[in-house]
Amino acid sequence: MERQNEVLEKVIIKFAGDSGDGMQLTGTQFTNTAALFGNDLSTFPDFPAEIRAPQGTLAGVSGYQLHFGSVEIFTPGDHCDVLVAMNAAALKANLRNLRKGGTIIANTDGFDPKNLRLSGIEEKDNPLENGSLDNYRVIKIDITKMTRSALTDSGLGVKEIDRAKNMFVLGFLYWMYNRSMEHTEKFLTDKFGKKPEILKANLDVLRAGYNFGDTREEFTTRYTIGPASIAPGVYRNIMGNQAVALGLIAAAKKSGLPLFYGTYPITPASDILHELSRHKNFGVKTFQAEDEIAAICSTIGSSFGGSLAVTASSGPGIALKAEAIGLAIMLELPLVIINVQRGGPSTGLPTKTEQSDLMQAVYGRNGEAPMPVLAAATPSDCFHMVYEACRIALQSMTPVMFLSDGYIANGAEPWAFPSSSDLAEIKVKFAKEKNAGEKFLPYKRDERLSRPWAVPGTKGLEHRIGGIEKQHETGNISYDPANHEFMVHMRESKVEKLADYIPEITPEVGNAKGKLLILGWGSTFGAIKSAVIRARNKGYDVSHAHLRYIKPFPKNLGELLYAFDQVIIPEMNNGQLVRIIRDKFLIPAIPYNKIQGLPFSAEEIYAKIEETLK
Amino acid sequence: MESSTLPAEKFTPKELVTDQDVRWCPGCGDYSILKQAQTVIPDLGIPRENIVFISGIGCSSRFPYYMETYGMHSIHGRATAIASGLKASRPDLSIWIVTGDGDGLSIGGNHTIHLLRRNFNVNILLFNNEIYGLTKGQYSPTSEEGKVTKSTPMGSIDYPFNPVALCLGASATFVARSMDRDPKHLQAILKRANEHKGASFVEIYQNCNVFNDGAFEVFTEKSSKKNETLFMEHGKPLVFGENADKGIRLDGFTPVVVQIGNGVSANDLWIHDEKDRMKAGILSRFFDNPSKPDHLPRPFGVFYVEDRFCYEDKMQVQIDEMKAKRGEGDLDALLRGKETWTVA
Ligand code: SF4
Repeated sequence: MERQNEVLEKVIIKFAGDSGDGMQLTGTQFTNTAALFGNDLSTFPDFPAEIRAPQGTLAGVSGYQLHFGSVEIFTPGDHCDVLVAMNAAALKANLRNLRKGGTIIANTDGFDPKNLRLSGIEEKDNPLENGSLDNYRVIKIDITKMTRSALTDSGLGVKEIDRAKNMFVLGFLYWMYNRSMEHTEKFLTDKFGKKPEILKANLDVLRAGYNFGDTREEFTTRYTIGPASIAPGVYRNIMGNQAVALGLIAAAKKSGLPLFYGTYPITPASDILHELSRHKNFGVKTFQAEDEIAAICSTIGSSFGGSLAVTASSGPGIALKAEAIGLAIMLELPLVIINVQRGGPSTGLPTKTEQSDLMQAVYGRNGEAPMPVLAAATPSDCFHMVYEACRIALQSMTPVMFLSDGYIANGAEPWAFPSSSDLAEIKVKFAKEKNAGEKFLPYKRDERLSRPWAVPGTKGLEHRIGGIEKQHETGNISYDPANHEFMVHMRESKVEKLADYIPEITPEVGNAKGKLLILGWGSTFGAIKSAVIRARNKGYDVSHAHLRYIKPFPKNLGELLYAFDQVIIPEMNNGQLVRIIRDKFLIPAIPYNKIQGLPFSAEEIYAKIEETLK
Repeated sequence: MESSTLPAEKFTPKELVTDQDVRWCPGCGDYSILKQAQTVIPDLGIPRENIVFISGIGCSSRFPYYMETYGMHSIHGRATAIASGLKASRPDLSIWIVTGDGDGLSIGGNHTIHLLRRNFNVNILLFNNEIYGLTKGQYSPTSEEGKVTKSTPMGSIDYPFNPVALCLGASATFVARSMDRDPKHLQAILKRANEHKGASFVEIYQNCNVFNDGAFEVFTEKSSKKNETLFMEHGKPLVFGENADKGIRLDGFTPVVVQIGNGVSANDLWIHDEKDRMKAGILSRFFDNPSKPDHLPRPFGVFYVEDRFCYEDKMQVQIDEMKAKRGEGDLDALLRGKETWTVA
């Protein structure tokens, strides 16, 4: 049959269905196929907040968004072009994110009276029948029926047959976007190799979906999205939390230290624990503690003993760790504290993203308690920045806070992974000798103002450390007023001194001076970058700079800020970095905030740029 | 960074003394405990550099400053959690936790019970003085009901913890009780605690002569000690009393005090068996207020010992197993992952 072939630059597909419909798997399969083909891409899963929400309800909708293209892709995308809706609830939950004129692939069986009722739609208002979707292209397929008829002779039960539904959708989309099924066929063969009848069923349904597209005359157009011109190299797909785990193992290997990870389960940080606990052959010790406080305290003990010690949590857990972080600051022991931020305050929005723990990271402890704060911009950037956090902690003998958030923790992107030899050196030197004649001074400092790390087991360097204010150099308890002030300044200087060792900030997009600077930090990276590129293409004088080091700031940050007429700081909070910037640089930086548990869309940032520069 | 395996260089109790002035109130029971620890530790055959004392906050928690070993004076209640992480990372170290009734049973109670069930091979010395000393005299979780303190002018309405029973309930593998005023006994128990492979919990009755003077007087004073205390020894009958003339017999599950003589001999008494968990449970409940008539004597010594795997050992076993199965971790293979694609 003659078909038209339309070439597109990029497409956003949202796969949505009941949690049991296998939409995550369908999305991942399409993603991997697109990646192997050479598209640039970015993905984001969107799980229901409840573990076992009732089937067919809005609460039970599970989604997976994929943005892929022949051009550079920075975010999972704003509005989708194609919405796969396996049932009425999936359509209802996602329709507002479908662009006008977009395509809906609806499983009609998921719009039967029962499903309509479960999603709170009256039977007479069935959206597939009442004309409310006239502004979209709706492809109605009874996927359940098609799947069952493809498998009538399979000998499988109805339950097992229905489980293969998602393969029909996948096959159909492969046809629609001119994709090879090879990758998925291989995946299924690996997965179900030991269950030949299930394997055959899945392959048959996948092909049935493909052939359905191929044989039906109503589908007149197929789409081609060419490979992107991304930098040559070997790529893999990586999620943020996974990248954190890899970064920690890499830092342990490169520093020659054993990795100790003490933590307590919390959304959305737990996947780091899951990933690390699979790699015990790297000597990784994971410790699931009895609570958040024990989690960080175990790492303090481990660090005292000479490990690369790391703890992770999300906002509520970090709050519980605050006192112990203060102790680590006083002890001047290396420690990495990871906060995968989520919506707050209190329990807040556990499965939604937010950047509202920046103030907590920078200031949230009793007393004058400074510590370095780093933030990752994208899923793969988590690898590099957590590696940096380890390096700084070990070289400056300090706890370091590393910030990620739910959006990049669960989001994925292609990553031109480094080889181990490309990674920066991490030199660790344990103290072996007395450093003051006959004495060992545990708080004698080097040029970084860092103190010696003398671990138990080292003969002759027995010493005591603690949380009480200590005398300069000796570390002995001291209540001397002048000494306290001196030590407060010392601890602050030590952190500020890091500015000598971190990279200066350069704009990601645009120039180092001009009318408008969009200054971001953390996971707003992709949205800001896309928006600024678009605005510059339209002739606006706007640049984008992104902070990865927040405490201390890069040395030249002030210079960069002063070179722009205006600075806008978009944040998924009520204005936190903007306050720190105003305080430190006394500029009228403009906050731009979104506090909906959702990331910024590039459109929103673009609109803000336009509004400001018009 | 395994510590050295060379034969331990000998050191003397004097070499365990630091250059810091000891800051406890004159007459405080802590002095005796420090003295006994400094006496016993040089004989344990552990290199001094492999010893770590970790404490939380409270009077007792100043202890590490006075021991010329590695040490950490941490934050309130968390010494147990810190020690857990250190032991998990460094099984080669000899780790001693010094805590108190407030530190270890109130603010840090959670970590104490979890350390015990995990059975890290460490020693917990809980100085029980039944009062908050450092904050100047509030009741503690071990203060008796009705205790009048600064924060309970009408008497405490908190029912107290029974630390030994609590620890047995948390599946501790070594539970003992001693006192500051009996140096020999305390020394012997410290040695036993060190010998035990697993978490050793030692409750030490410690007199706070400033805020709770005489709390344990009936157990420590010559005049009453023999009648009010029961010193348990493994394999020996439970005998006590002024002339070692009283004993404990089990009547079903009920312990009863019997007079020795008149046809009752030591052989008819309850023979102490440290490995008997059920009986340890009964002994832990010898916890009556000594002012009550017909009360049982308070036991001292080792209640219970059990041989059970230690967390840090199993942790290492899993690492070794994984290494045997998959080989030493290869960083480049890890970074590459299972699936890659090449952009030319
Ligand atoms: S307050 Fe009590 S426990 Fe504390 S040092 Fe003084 S006597 Fe000892």
